[in-house]
Parts: sequence; C-alpha cells; structure tokens
Amino acid sequence: MAIEVLEPGLATSVQDRGRPGYYNVGVPPSGALDLYAAAAANALVGNDVTAGVLESAYMGPKLRFRDAAVVAVTGAVVPVLLNGQEAPRWESFEVRAGDELSFGILQAGARIYIGVSGGIDVPLVLGSRSLYALGAFGGFEGRPMQAGDVLPVGAGQGRVGVRLPEGLIPDYPKELAVRVVLGLYDYRLTDEGMSSLIDRPWKLSPVADRIGFRYSGNTLKWRERKQPFGAGSDPSNITDAGYPVGSIQVPGGVEPIILHRDAVSGGGYAMVGTVISADMDVVGQSAPGTMTRFTPVTLDQALEARAVYRARERDMIAATS
Amino acid sequence: MASRYSWGADEHLVVQISEDMSLESNFKAMAMASDLESQHVDGITDICPANASLLVRFNPDQVPPSEVERMVREAEARLEGGTQQSLSTRIFELPVWYNDPYTNETGARFRDRHQTPEGTDLEFAASENNLPSVEAFIEAHAGSPWIASMVGFVAGLPFLFQMVPQERQLEVPKYLRPRTDTPKLTIGHGGCFTAIYSVRGAGGYQMFGITPVPIFEPKQEHADFADSMFFFRPGDIVKFRAIDGAEYERILAEVDAGTYRVRQAPVTFDLSEYEKDPDAYNARLLEVLYGN
Repeated sequence: MAIEVLEPGLATSVQDRGRPGYYNVGVPPSGALDLYAAAAANALVGNDVTAGVLESAYMGPKLRFRDAAVVAVTGAVVPVLLNGQEAPRWESFEVRAGDELSFGILQAGARIYIGVSGGIDVPLVLGSRSLYALGAFGGFEGRPMQAGDVLPVGAGQGRVGVRLPEGLIPDYPKELAVRVVLGLYDYRLTDEGMSSLIDRPWKLSPVADRIGFRYSGNTLKWRERKQPFGAGSDPSNITDAGYPVGSIQVPGGVEPIILHRDAVSGGGYAMVGTVISADMDVVGQSAPGTMTRFTPVTLDQALEARAVYRARERDMIAATS
Repeated sequence: MASRYSWGADEHLVVQISEDMSLESNFKAMAMASDLESQHVDGITDICPANASLLVRFNPDQVPPSEVERMVREAEARLEGGTQQSLSTRIFELPVWYNDPYTNETGARFRDRHQTPEGTDLEFAASENNLPSVEAFIEAHAGSPWIASMVGFVAGLPFLFQMVPQERQLEVPKYLRPRTDTPKLTIGHGGCFTAIYSVRGAGGYQMFGITPVPIFEPKQEHADFADSMFFFRPGDIVKFRAIDGAEYERILAEVDAGTYRVRQAPVTFDLSEYEKDPDAYNARLLEVLYGN
C-alpha cells in the first residue's frame, strides 16, 4: 500500500502525537501542530489516534493512491478535490487505486491534515513517526515531502461516510484570544511592558512555522539592571535556559515568538509566559495576519481548559466509532 | 538567592537557580535532574538541566503539577542538605582544527554582521580578552576542560562552560546580527559559553574552529553512536586539543572508516574539591583522561 506524491504542497510532513523524552538533548516533542485535527483525521478513517498523518501548511499536496484506501481531511478550511471533484472535509471517503487527491485555495486556518486508513507508515525514530526537520530525522527520510516520493501506508480498515457532528468541528477565526500562564522571566518586564503584552492585540507575522510563531505590533519595556554574568548584554537576554513548548520569548522587546512543537529547546531570551496546552492547536491553525490577544489565566484555569479539551477529544473519538 | 519556581503553563515547571551563570548553579541543576531521573516518575516526560536552571516537562493527565513541584522541591532540599556533592560523568578529548579554512571562509562571508569587518572572529576574540595573539587565545581555549552545562537549542548541541575561575573565563560578544550559515561541527563562542554546532545552520556565536569528530548522528552509523544518536549529555567534561589540517584530514578519514574512537574515561566530578583548587583538580581530571 503506497501513495505517490505528485506535488508536495507546502512544508508537508509526516506527523503523529510526537516524541517526548529527548528534550534534555535538544530534541523537541514535534507532532502535529493541531493535535485535535490530526487525531480526528485518524479516528475518521478507523486508525488509532497515534497513527501517522500528513500535515501541510497553507497549501495541500497532490497525491496519487496506488491502492484503494479510506481517507479523511481535517484542519484548515480548504476545498478538497478527488479527481477534480469536491470531496468532504471532516468526513471519511473512499479512494480507489489511481485516484488523485488535491486541494484548492485555503480559506481559513493554516494546517491541513490527511488521514489514511492504516496510517502513514514511515519508520519510528525515537518512538515517533514525526518529522523533526532541524535534526533531519523522523518523517519521510528526515525531510519534508518532495515530488516523486512514495509514502508507505499500513494495513487498515476504515469505514466510508464517517463524519463529525458540526459541534465537534472547530472554526478558525481571524481574531484570537490565546490563554497564557504568565511567569518564567516576566518579572523582568516593567508594568508598562506587561501591559503592552496583554492589553493590546498582536498581529501574526509571516514567520510562523513548526518552530515558532512571531508576532508584531507593540514594544515591551524591560526593567533596568546590570546584566548578570553569563547573560547577554541586551535587557531581554538571560543566562541560556530551557524553553517550555508554548513559551513566549521577546527578543529585544519586539516581536514576541511563541515556540511550537518543533521548538528550539533552549536559549538566551527571556520568556514572559506560556500558552496553555489546550490553546496550542489554535495557535498552530493561525495564519499570518491573525490578530491575537494574550489572555492571562491561572494554572488551575489552564488545567480546567485541558480537561475540557480532553472531554471534547473523547467526544470526537466516540462520534467516529 | 532562593530558587524561583514558575509554571510554564500546565506542562512545564521551570526552576531558576540563579540569574547569573556559575558552576555551582549548573551543578545544582544537574544534581537535581539526576535525583529526579532516578525516581522514574510516571508522567514526568523530560528533565532538562540548563546552565543555571532546570526545566521539567510533564503530562498533567498522569501526574498533578502540585505533585511535580513537591518532588522537585524535595530534590532541591536533599541537595541543600549536602547529601549529594558529586556527579558521575565522563571526560573526553575533542580534537579541534582552530583557525581552519571552513569557518574562516564562512566568517568572511558575513563580515557585515560582525563587530570587526576587517578582522577575523579569532582576532576579535583575542583582543576582547586582552590576549596578545590568536595563538594565545587558542592556547587559553584548549588549555583547560569545559563542562557541558546544557545540551539543546537544537538536537545534540552542547553549551560548554570553562572550568576556570570567573576572572579567567573567555568572554566574547555574539555577532551583531546572526549569520544565516554556520558549518556543521563549528566550535563557536558567545558570552562565556562555547558551543559546538551539531547541525549546519544559522548562528550568532563567534567561530573559532571545527572538529572532525561527529557529535550528532541521526543514522547512528558509527560505533560511538551505537546506543544514542547524541554524543553529548549534560555534565560531560571535554578537553579540546588543537590539531592542524593534516591531522584533521587523518581523523576525518578514520571517522569515515569507522575506526576512530573518542578518547574518554569515566570520572566523578566533585564541586567542592574543584573549588578548593581548580587548576590542581583539572590536572587530576586530565590524568584520568590520559591515563598517567
């Protein structure tokens, strides 16, 4: 069972739920930037949610199926075309040997997920099929997809016509409130700096990839101090430290960066807070230009939001079985 | 100062041991990490000691954050109680072709981003440290061991902290603006840290040389990578040895043939012993490495 890549789309890679356990040697968790959509793409085609899927940014690939399969497309709002005819989103459908799957122009969201019955069956590296591009391992031969690649697919049995109820299909708004637990090095900001961080919206720049999402709009002010030994000379510098996945760093006090699942694991920029786990998917689905507010929440609120996310994920899986 | 505990939302706990870099803070981070690792707690997925801080990543579906905090605070308290003063680690030798043509060529391409458009990174580093020549700087860099105070940024990249009293540490500012290219296995330096670039890519550290010895090998082809694709672990101690171009080529050929082995030996690093007399302690470490 195999799929030919006719056109790769943009930054298309194999992803799963990621690779915990190696952050201490600089390897990020990786995994789908929108874990809910990736899990749904698998669940809809009868796979375990841990199976490999394809993730594309903004532009979907063009694929030819060498064998019959059941497929589901989730994530960003984009026309799905099977042999040029519109196919559904968030619903499993049949492809036959020789069929071609392609995509139209993206309308909302940023990342497209393609689930195939049996799962994309590239080898596990350190326990995961996810590509980690900076380290050149995982995924398909340690790199994003290229035209001419042939992707292995596992054995699976999906049902056609499995769909999610509307209430379990997310929408991808152009204005977002992202919940953040403040802390880490936020004591380095002046009161005014903190207020610029949380009281005004930020605009997502075109620098938004699996490593991080960079925003623009305001300038943050840092408290004056004599820089400690080992930290750099800029007031936004710290003695190099580990970066939480989802943490927000502000190099030079301008252009905050949210590190995502291919995060650099550490460095010398002060972090002022961390996006809660339940909101990482919506960050992963935000397209450049998205106006984003950082809304402070407590750890307890973050845990409540996580419980809500998990419940919704269970509902999604129940709806597909 | 007391350590500062802070949540990185619902999946991370960050302990800032000190704001400045010191061997003492780093040792504490590594000792706490090793204590936590030995407990094999379900739900704690990553324990990452950094230069002067500790990052713990956990799955709150498996272990409540309050429980993680309790365990980390207990590990810190055990350390304060003085029960753990030493760290089991290893020392090894890394040959470096300083002032090599690869990093010099790359440096020449990015002169417009450097403090000294007319000079080289090594000349700048020598002058910043009031050393009379590039040779004297290389001697200072290769003359004493360094400890891997943190591994990360990208896969397998070590941050190395020089094991000498602070007044003798080499310090060099980073490039004014980062380069878009750095050769793989470049020995770079920014602030008080030397780093070895495990992959080719962007970088802002001053470039001093290149090693023929691989430190990150995702395909795990060579014997030194049989168990892991990463050579460096936090707490490793490394001694650089200056080599010339001919030896670089020879080692490279041995690496390609699979016959090169990194010279290394297990050691116990005792911070309080080190602090009594760093030079004498380093001499003893090198005796372990060179076996005399």
